[in-house]
Amino acid sequence: MKISEIAELIKAEICTKNYDDSIDIFSACSADLMSDVMAFSKSNALLLTGLVNPQVIRTAEMMDIKAVVFVRGKKPLDNMIEMAEEKGIVLLATDYPMFVASGKLYKSGIHGRGD
Amino acid sequence: MNNVVVRDYIIPANDFTIAGEASSNVRKILSQIGVAPDIVKRTSIAMYEAEINAMIHGKGGQAHVEIDENKIVIRISDQGPGIEDLDLAMQEGYSTAPDSIREMGFGAGMGLSNIKKHSDILEINTAVNEGTTVLITVFFKQE
Repeated sequence: MKISEIAELIKAEICTKNYDDSIDIFSACSADLMSDVMAFSKSNALLLTGLVNPQVIRTAEMMDIKAVVFVRGKKPLDNMIEMAEEKGIVLLATDYPMFVASGKLYKSGIHGRGD
Repeated sequence: MNNVVVRDYIIPANDFTIAGEASSNVRKILSQIGVAPDIVKRTSIAMYEAEINAMIHGKGGQAHVEIDENKIVIRISDQGPGIEDLDLAMQEGYSTAPDSIREMGFGAGMGLSNIKKHSDILEINTAVNEGTTVLITVFFKQE
């Protein structure tokens, strides 16, 4: 699924500019705890989180995560947007809670890895 | 040994904005020299966890990295409180991180076991009130 399709599906605003819409995202994980993303996540291209701090972008970088969705109406900070753009990571923000955003994506074909 | 890349980094204490900078830099170097993506990822995860640990528990510290054609050796050391019971600290879920760190999304007690999982050789030297040194080796060619 393309970033633009994900954005439409979960009514998300794309916060970073110049993103590559040819990236095909097929798996995702949802977590507020970056420790768990680091320890349990397989190769997922998308992270859904309610945590807002620069370490979310760092964790995404280390885990090869291409895009991060901030849920529950949370918005990434300016320094996070800057860091993400530098690393080529796309940031999105949706008002949906984590469960609903995850469910909508899962229903449309994005699955978790290792399930 | 030819073509050895050596880098040194300072890991500041309790600075969540800068933490991970060293790991990010090493990740770039490994990608540039053509190390396989899965090895780059393993190395990044191991180093980032150790860097976060030094920031959270060790009052900051230093990272010394040596890369040759076969492997990367990362030494992360701090002069923090040390680890009282290393076996206990290695257990998944055991953490002494304060709530303020958990609120930042870390401190789940997965760090050390995750470093072990992603490194080929892990050596931890620690002494109470003196500090901790974590030595991570990852080989580029996996058997």
